[in-house]
Amino acid sequence: MPALCRDCLTQFDSGPRCPSCRSPRILSHPELASLSIAHMDCDAFYASVEKRDHPELRDKPVIVGGGTRGVVSTCCYIARINGVRSAMPMFQALKLCPGAVVVKPRMEAYVAVSRQIRAMMEALTPAVEPLSLDEAFLDLTGTARLHGAPPAVLLARLTRAMETELGITGSVGLSHNKFLAKIASDLDKPRGFSIIGQAETEAFLKPKPVRIIWGVGTATQTALENAGIRTIADLLRWDRQDLTARFGHMGDRLWHLARGEDHRRVSRDAEKSISKETTFNEDTASAEVLDGHLWRLSEQVSDRAKAKELAGRTVTLKLKRSDFSTITRRHSLADPTQTADRIYREARALMDGAREPGPFRLIGVGISDLTTADQADATGDLLDPGAGKRTAAERATDRIRQRFGKDAIIKGRALR
Amino acid sequence: MKISIERGTLLKAVGQAQSVVERRNTIPILANVLIEAEGSTVSFRATDLDIEVVDRAAAMVDRPGATTVSAVMLHEIVRKLPDGALVGLTEDAATGRLTVTAGRSVFSLATLPKEDFPVMASSEYASNFAAPAPVLRRLFDKAKFAISTEETRYYLNGVYLHVATGDEGPVLRCVATDGHRLARIDAPLPEGAQGMPGVIVPRKTVNELRKLLDDDEAEITVSVSETKVRFATPVLTMTSKVIDGTFPDYTRVIPTGNTRRLEVDAAEFAKAVDRVATVSSERSRAVKLSLDEDRLVLSVNAPDSGAAEEELAVAYADEKLEIGFNAKYLLEIASQVDRENAVFLFNSSGDPTLMREGNDMSAVYVVMPMRV
Repeated sequence: MPALCRDCLTQFDSGPRCPSCRSPRILSHPELASLSIAHMDCDAFYASVEKRDHPELRDKPVIVGGGTRGVVSTCCYIARINGVRSAMPMFQALKLCPGAVVVKPRMEAYVAVSRQIRAMMEALTPAVEPLSLDEAFLDLTGTARLHGAPPAVLLARLTRAMETELGITGSVGLSHNKFLAKIASDLDKPRGFSIIGQAETEAFLKPKPVRIIWGVGTATQTALENAGIRTIADLLRWDRQDLTARFGHMGDRLWHLARGEDHRRVSRDAEKSISKETTFNEDTASAEVLDGHLWRLSEQVSDRAKAKELAGRTVTLKLKRSDFSTITRRHSLADPTQTADRIYREARALMDGAREPGPFRLIGVGISDLTTADQADATGDLLDPGAGKRTAAERATDRIRQRFGKDAIIKGRALR
Repeated sequence: MKISIERGTLLKAVGQAQSVVERRNTIPILANVLIEAEGSTVSFRATDLDIEVVDRAAAMVDRPGATTVSAVMLHEIVRKLPDGALVGLTEDAATGRLTVTAGRSVFSLATLPKEDFPVMASSEYASNFAAPAPVLRRLFDKAKFAISTEETRYYLNGVYLHVATGDEGPVLRCVATDGHRLARIDAPLPEGAQGMPGVIVPRKTVNELRKLLDDDEAEITVSVSETKVRFATPVLTMTSKVIDGTFPDYTRVIPTGNTRRLEVDAAEFAKAVDRVATVSSERSRAVKLSLDEDRLVLSVNAPDSGAAEEELAVAYADEKLEIGFNAKYLLEIASQVDRENAVFLFNSSGDPTLMREGNDMSAVYVVMPMRV
């Protein structure tokens, strides 16, 4: 079985230790040389940057966070041992780990390091899709000849360079698609390197709970459980048609992902969602005020989608109550949309359906599950014959605004 | 309670009852089936609070009584017992267990008190009529593909069963739509159905009903009230709540002025659509229909993955037309056709298209085109 030393990058034919440097950090896998889709995730990124810049913190539990919202944004592995987790309220984190050093986030520093890492990745392949400051997908297909080494070696070299040159460790997942690469990078954190090969995909996924699938949140999980689906193996027992009939497009996605199939490409501009939100000066429960904001936000989302020639299949509504608790409601459409009219109508239906009296401090609207615009709003609605006319009116409005400026024509609703 | 019952009879009765039980639910009693024995019959009752199924079977009742046990477990046990076995069900009040015996197998199942089992409140039915199973089967089967799964328009999550006026007088009609396609299926109005209130029968009920109607030629007694619908045979009763909402006025959705007429072999058409759609990986695949004199060209053009084209000989004598549809919608509609020929009536490439089987007006479908 081909093997690779992650310390000195020597390639050899399996064995417990590297024949040249005796390191035990060995990566061996039958498909080591053939897999090329990777996910790289920095380990406790913000905290690592802080430790690098403040060596005196090296052996102390470090929590990055605080600021206005008072939650943990990242914590180092020492703090994690004590049970501290991201997004945990600060007071709770300090109760679990009283000795922790709390550091205010220094975004500029993180952005700078992130740029350096990204430049390293882009030296390997142009197909880098950043997901956030500290993680990205890389497609290294076809780069072996150029670099004179298979992707696994390049990735090991990348993490080694990040450690030696930037003082940041990262974990890599290598597989044959994005879905599995992302799962893999999480298997062996920190400073990890995991491989999920084509041959082992099915056996690996089968016993896993469905929430391992990206996009399966609490609601989907509950819906799946109601159908008796708890593991991927349960999913595999379902017909594709039955899954789609019961869960819509999600069902179709689940059918594919359960089989380890994911055809999404690694691409720089793969935007996941477009959303806009606004925080009120004063919390409000007024249906009229909320409705006005809903329209304006829908319009902003639509504008951005149109500018980027994208359309979304899912419309999401977000409301934040006075106590900062957030509710989100989402709805999947049969065909994708980019018009303000449809985004607004869906969001409005979600708001009415939420039966939340308010008051709220924030409202947000978004579209996700994006596709290209050429498929947007392509099928009319039998039961809403006015929809076609409204879409046409919106397109005409867009042209007027393009020519005479943004405020040349607006809906009365936007004045509320 | 102590009864003996033939395995095959028991399997059928428990099987039909357990299928309404939700596999995962938070209320334990809902996972159970209520077994009631009296006289020479035993009944099995299961519910998910929206649908209730009661199945009756002949049994030797040594000691009448009632109890509840896990529906799925009982069904699994009975399924695994050898054919022809005589199954004994004995309730032991002292231990609170139900003993299932067959040959040398003995099972002891946990029970829950029968008093906890939610029995659906009985209602006054405004209308009762009898309809042959094949008629109901056709009504629901042909309509159900168009049921919406969209939660915002919850009133579309079922089949609208009602009395309407067809071309040749009153009919019993099922309509389902998701806004993109619509199915309208008619059957002769059964005697006694005249005053029936229109009800929206939920998707799950339609699916469960389908199992109940399976290859049975029996007469089904249908009872309808404003809030419930009941389908009954001598041995089985299924009661379901209906969707509380107003079904939209579908009549204005069905085009009446479409004149461009295409006649095509439905099976060939469906196969061709399926073939050309293969090249698109998109979830909503658009198939373009290009119509010219007696010629139909189906084409798919997916910039990323490829293109496909197929020509079919058809009957078409109107002016040229190009119109796009979601491949899935076309396939589903074409597969509803029982006879050879499907007739499509088009207006323009932006207007709803009508499809029916030959000149038969008792099954009419409408599908929205897609911009291509």
